[in-house]
Amino acid sequence: MSLVTKEDRLRYQELVKRERPARPIVRNTVRAFIVGGLICELGQVIQTLFIRYGHFKPTEAGNPTVAVLIFLAACFTAFGVYDRFAQWAGAGSAVPVTGFSNTMTSAAMEHRSEGLVSGIGGNMFKVSGPVIVYGVVSAFFIALIRYIIEHL
Amino acid sequence: MPTWSTFIWAFLVGGAICAVGQILMDSTRMTPGHVMSILVVAGAVADGLGLYDPLIKFAGAGATVPITSFGNALVHGAMLEAQTHGWIGVITGIFEVTSAGISAAIVFAFLAAIFAKPKG
Repeated sequence: MSLVTKEDRLRYQELVKRERPARPIVRNTVRAFIVGGLICELGQVIQTLFIRYGHFKPTEAGNPTVAVLIFLAACFTAFGVYDRFAQWAGAGSAVPVTGFSNTMTSAAMEHRSEGLVSGIGGNMFKVSGPVIVYGVVSAFFIALIRYIIEHL
Repeated sequence: MPTWSTFIWAFLVGGAICAVGQILMDSTRMTPGHVMSILVVAGAVADGLGLYDPLIKFAGAGATVPITSFGNALVHGAMLEAQTHGWIGVITGIFEVTSAGISAAIVFAFLAAIFAKPKG
């Protein structure tokens, strides 16, 4: 026999809903816009440098740019700077590819103590895994559909 | 060569994609993992519809830096390979374009975990 009735539980859930602090959506969104925009702007600068001095074609300069941003984000994560910055920036630091790098680096660092193989190797994709799984699965079906449509 | 307008649009479009991510997180209370997955799938769908390339042309890094471009690049690699090798290319080509991002992230994450001590 449980001491908590169904009504109690419902009342408690109501209370939680009412008392939960409202998120400052506008402030968070403005921050995300500015930080995300600045990270993309940095990407644009790096991309332009690759085109001008690295002799990359404009269509191919995206890949090395992403690699440089990932390197920078991994460094800042290693120095413990990125996560503090992410608390302020929210999605502004999570949505750019730097956030992807940050989740992988911090997962790897966090589980370092569990060993090289099961710690670093087994946990590196713990947070970033869903992005790869859903990206690949959706890309597979979309590319397949496009292929079928084009070859009908 | 990117022009000055590319620099302006890179900021605006990149910022807007991040703002959408933040609104999804705050208004639905989804975890960042859910929001990132949605954005990746959205990027893949946009490329499937042929909408992502024009966006890259016009906003440059504003379109290639957010995670949506990962979905776009996966579809791109698969379709490119499918054009030259037939339907099997859909599987063999998926990681063709995103290799730089994934390889760099794995290598640098590994090195960071080896050489840096976590803080806090």
